[in-house]
Amino acid sequence: MALLKLERISAQYPGAAEPVLADISLSLGPRQLLVALGPSGSGKTSLLNLIAGFVAPSAGEISLDGVAVKGPSAERGVVFQDDALLPWQDVLTNVAFGLQLAGVPRAQREAKAREMLALVDLAGFDQRQIWQLSGGQKQRVGLARALAADPRLLLMDEPFGALDAFTREQMQELLLQVWQRTAKPVFLITHDIEEAVFLATDLILLAPHPGHIAERLQLDFGRRYAAGESARAIKSDPRFIDTREHVLASVFSQRGVSREQHA
Amino acid sequence: MNSYELTHDNAPRAKAPAVQRRWSLSTRAISVLTMLVILGAWWLVTAQALIEPLFLPPPSAVLEKAWLLMTKGYMDSTLWQHLGASLQRIGLALLFAVLTAIPVGIAIGHNRIARGIFDPLIEFYRPIPPLAYLPLIVIWCGIGEFSKVLLIYLAIFAPIAIATATGVRTVDQTKLRAAQSLGATRWQLIRHVILPSALPDILTGVRIGLGVGWSTLVAAELIAATSGLGFMVQSAAQFLVTDVVVLGILVIAVIAFAMEMGLRALQRRLVPWHGQSH
Repeated sequence: MALLKLERISAQYPGAAEPVLADISLSLGPRQLLVALGPSGSGKTSLLNLIAGFVAPSAGEISLDGVAVKGPSAERGVVFQDDALLPWQDVLTNVAFGLQLAGVPRAQREAKAREMLALVDLAGFDQRQIWQLSGGQKQRVGLARALAADPRLLLMDEPFGALDAFTREQMQELLLQVWQRTAKPVFLITHDIEEAVFLATDLILLAPHPGHIAERLQLDFGRRYAAGESARAIKSDPRFIDTREHVLASVFSQRGVSREQHA
Repeated sequence: MNSYELTHDNAPRAKAPAVQRRWSLSTRAISVLTMLVILGAWWLVTAQALIEPLFLPPPSAVLEKAWLLMTKGYMDSTLWQHLGASLQRIGLALLFAVLTAIPVGIAIGHNRIARGIFDPLIEFYRPIPPLAYLPLIVIWCGIGEFSKVLLIYLAIFAPIAIATATGVRTVDQTKLRAAQSLGATRWQLIRHVILPSALPDILTGVRIGLGVGWSTLVAAELIAATSGLGFMVQSAAQFLVTDVVVLGILVIAVIAFAMEMGLRALQRRLVPWHGQSH
């Protein structure tokens, strides 16, 4: 049973000569963690914005459980790269924000928010101000906020791109734990190859001019981590390294092609 | 303790106190000192009778007059009554300006049609010195309290509306999208994201508006009033009661200073996140 379906999606900004995305079809269902990997200009942010409903496709159809996607909605939660939290509210109020918008009574929404903070290892951070948090903590709050609203699926826009390498690895592991425990389908975009290979159950490689899916891979490294294997063991597994090198080569060959086309 | 800490301990600390001592006067202390020097110079030139009291009365005479004005009054009213009249006018004008300019500013920043309507109107009257349209207001609305409150209201309205619109237009797109993907309606976006985001700008607008409003008020009272600080200064000048003039100017300055400081404190209290980090 597919939950999210994109059928022959194209997108073009007004006045642009070339579409940013052409003929994209994909589906995302339960227990899947779909990662879109691509260099800048490959349209991965546009793809996420389309699914979130921030922009409309110029052709094709996006549907969630058979219902056409029209504009943003609480059923598609989004975690942004940065700056998306409300600095005039404390951590608890930020996490409870979606429930507050939905009119959930205070006691109930704060209980739910505390539960989500515990899920992202931030129990006890209720009263902290946003500007007192580190980059990694902010992203945890962003994740907790998106989850508290209980969306059907989770969209993540380069969520760890602004973090240092150490924090990024911690956050990847946290995401896999949360994904395992909440069973929410996740759509994540990144330009970090190792991150993509480690997290994805389904990996799509996007190539530019115009943005299209160059390759699809089915992977199981994230599932192996979720099943209890250590991250270091997985990342030093020859199969992991082979896959990473294959993806790396693929990304570079795509770049080479696009450069030739431009020359 | 590692070697880095060691060098840090020895070398800079030996030098630091000397540098520190040379610049130990804080900026605020320098400001206070400057005021004291000016006061001292004022006292000196008047005590030495270098300037006639008609032109510059000694500080002591101004203080005495202040006491007299507070207890007995000048032109039928005490200093408190003049002050009260002025503060009531600006208070009323500010209240109405905040109640109307913030919604108008949000509309300008948020809605294309509202921008088309209000932008030319505000930009047309904003550069005109309020005293230039005071005569027209007096012709239309008479010389009573209403005209003065209306004049100051107009002077305060433009800066607050423009600042609010700027604040609304520069709201972070990501925060708007985040709220939308959490299910926010149009009104919820304004209430929970746009208004708090614009609050620092709105408060700056209020600060600028109050400054403009206060100087407009005093100037208007110089021209057309029977009470208020401006009126007190003007009528005293006509009879060459220089100490009342100097006192009035000082009170006007102190009130302006107090309003500015009060709003800065309010800004620190209401928008502690502003300038913290992004």
